[in-house]
Amino acid sequence: MARSRKNNSRGDEPRRPRARRAPIIELNDVTKVYPGGHMALDRVSLAIGRGEFVFLVGPTGCGKSTLIKMLIRELRATEGQVKIAGRDIGKLPEKKIPQLRRNIGTIFQDFKLLPNRTVYDNVAYALQVIGASRAEIREQVPATLRLVGLSTKLHSYPDQLSGGEQQRVSVARAFVNHPPLLLADEPSGNLDPVTSIGIMQLLYRINKTGTTVVVVTHDREMVDNMRRRVVELYEGRVVRDEVSGGYTEESTSEFGLRMRAEMGVGAQGEPRTNGHDHERLL
Amino acid sequence: MGRLIFFVKEAARAMRRNAAPSLAAVVTTAVTVVLLGVLIPIFQTAQAKSDQVRGGLNFQAAIYPDATKAEIQKTFNELKTIPHVEKVEYISKPEALQELKETLGKEKAAELGVEQLRTNPLPTSFRITPDDAANLSSVELAVFPHGENGKSAYAIISNPFGGKDETRKIEQVTSALKIVLTVITALLIAASLMLIANTIRLSIFTRRREVEVMRLVGATRWFIRWPFMLEGVVVGAAGGLVAILILWLGKITIVDPLSKTFHFLEAQNAPAVNFPELVVILFAAAVLVSTLGSGLTLRRFLKV
Repeated sequence: MARSRKNNSRGDEPRRPRARRAPIIELNDVTKVYPGGHMALDRVSLAIGRGEFVFLVGPTGCGKSTLIKMLIRELRATEGQVKIAGRDIGKLPEKKIPQLRRNIGTIFQDFKLLPNRTVYDNVAYALQVIGASRAEIREQVPATLRLVGLSTKLHSYPDQLSGGEQQRVSVARAFVNHPPLLLADEPSGNLDPVTSIGIMQLLYRINKTGTTVVVVTHDREMVDNMRRRVVELYEGRVVRDEVSGGYTEESTSEFGLRMRAEMGVGAQGEPRTNGHDHERLL
Repeated sequence: MGRLIFFVKEAARAMRRNAAPSLAAVVTTAVTVVLLGVLIPIFQTAQAKSDQVRGGLNFQAAIYPDATKAEIQKTFNELKTIPHVEKVEYISKPEALQELKETLGKEKAAELGVEQLRTNPLPTSFRITPDDAANLSSVELAVFPHGENGKSAYAIISNPFGGKDETRKIEQVTSALKIVLTVITALLIAASLMLIANTIRLSIFTRRREVEVMRLVGATRWFIRWPFMLEGVVVGAAGGLVAILILWLGKITIVDPLSKTFHFLEAQNAPAVNFPELVVILFAAAVLVSTLGSGLTLRRFLKV
């Protein structure tokens, strides 16, 4: 336990996620019943503060994707409130939905790139949509692509890229207008472990700029090694909400070590206790 | 302005990258427009021709030779008051003979010995024309309430003549033709619309993922829709132009030479094939259908 506490530290914590500001994501007793009667989410309550990095885990069909879809208003809650930055998005008029989505970067397992556009144009599209000027686009797009390490592939088409590269493009697209919230639904689902780490590093770096990042995954090992808040869903309910780490004793695997080293989550700093997160749930 | 350029660029890019579905839409539009462009004038001509035939339908009622002038004048006035009677003509004996000669033609008349007649065997008569061919029977019934061989309602009128059976047949055939042509035209237009709509749907369906991604990054509906609708305008215009070119070639190579020989191609009372007008209507329809079709089909994929 002592060792795990040490590993749990976040010495380079740039901000306090528990700040007094309204949590960026707030779910109050959210229930989602699909037509046909399947209950995907069952009275889920959850709050995620600004600047947090949260993993959402659970087996297939536990409601993770439903939750993500609800956050971008692709689905509406059957009951309960979904609040983004203090605003109940269930009450959002249809016309305001694009506005909501512009403030939420999204990354998916299948990348969802536009196949008939180059890397540059794919990323630029997210800016064109919000009516950014050409000067802004010319400045932001290459900068973001540099951030994700794709500055040499600007004029390639998605089908000329590897899976990892495509996912980087989609990360760049999600982040190019610097949204306050980034949702990643199984971002490494189609990628090999090494590439996955690369994507996670990228998300971590984005998190450090102040963007709240929510990552859906079923890669338990990765989660346990990352020492971040973990919300686990099981059959539509939150069954765990804590900082992982003390949880798996065998977290000194090579994979975990490399991950932590890459991310700069080192040995010093205050440990976060597990109970801390539980309190928020109640 | 920047927006407009962006949308035009987007539409151009989409067409370049989705050449096959766009081309399919153009071809479908062109084929449909050609079909309509050929059939609409044909139907129009047929309608006009049949209207013309129907307009000329009438029957004659012979007058007893002993009728006095006053009686004839009185009956003439009475006939005019029958509902749906448009025209009543008095045909005197010499006029009847003259008409017969004209109908038969010079040679035939000579052959039958019409010129050798010493007396004129033809009766004086009234020629009664109803306002519409459909009312022929009711007018006939008013004049001859007891049927063809019965007594007439008017004392001086003896019997009807003048190709009554044929008249009735023409009336029936043209009535049926009118209905058939109307139904076929309606069906054809409906089929064209569905065909074009289907092609558009197909071309948009292949790009539904694209639409999904656009929505995901926060594009508004109109932002997504404009390029598609511009594409619809281009596809409609291209299809329409191709069709008009084909129609024009068809007109100058086939229809124009024929219409000099065959008069039936130009119904006299309605200049049926007004080519410039037809072209404008077809072109506008092609563009409109294609554009609205794109916009409406997209709605399905834009639902959140």
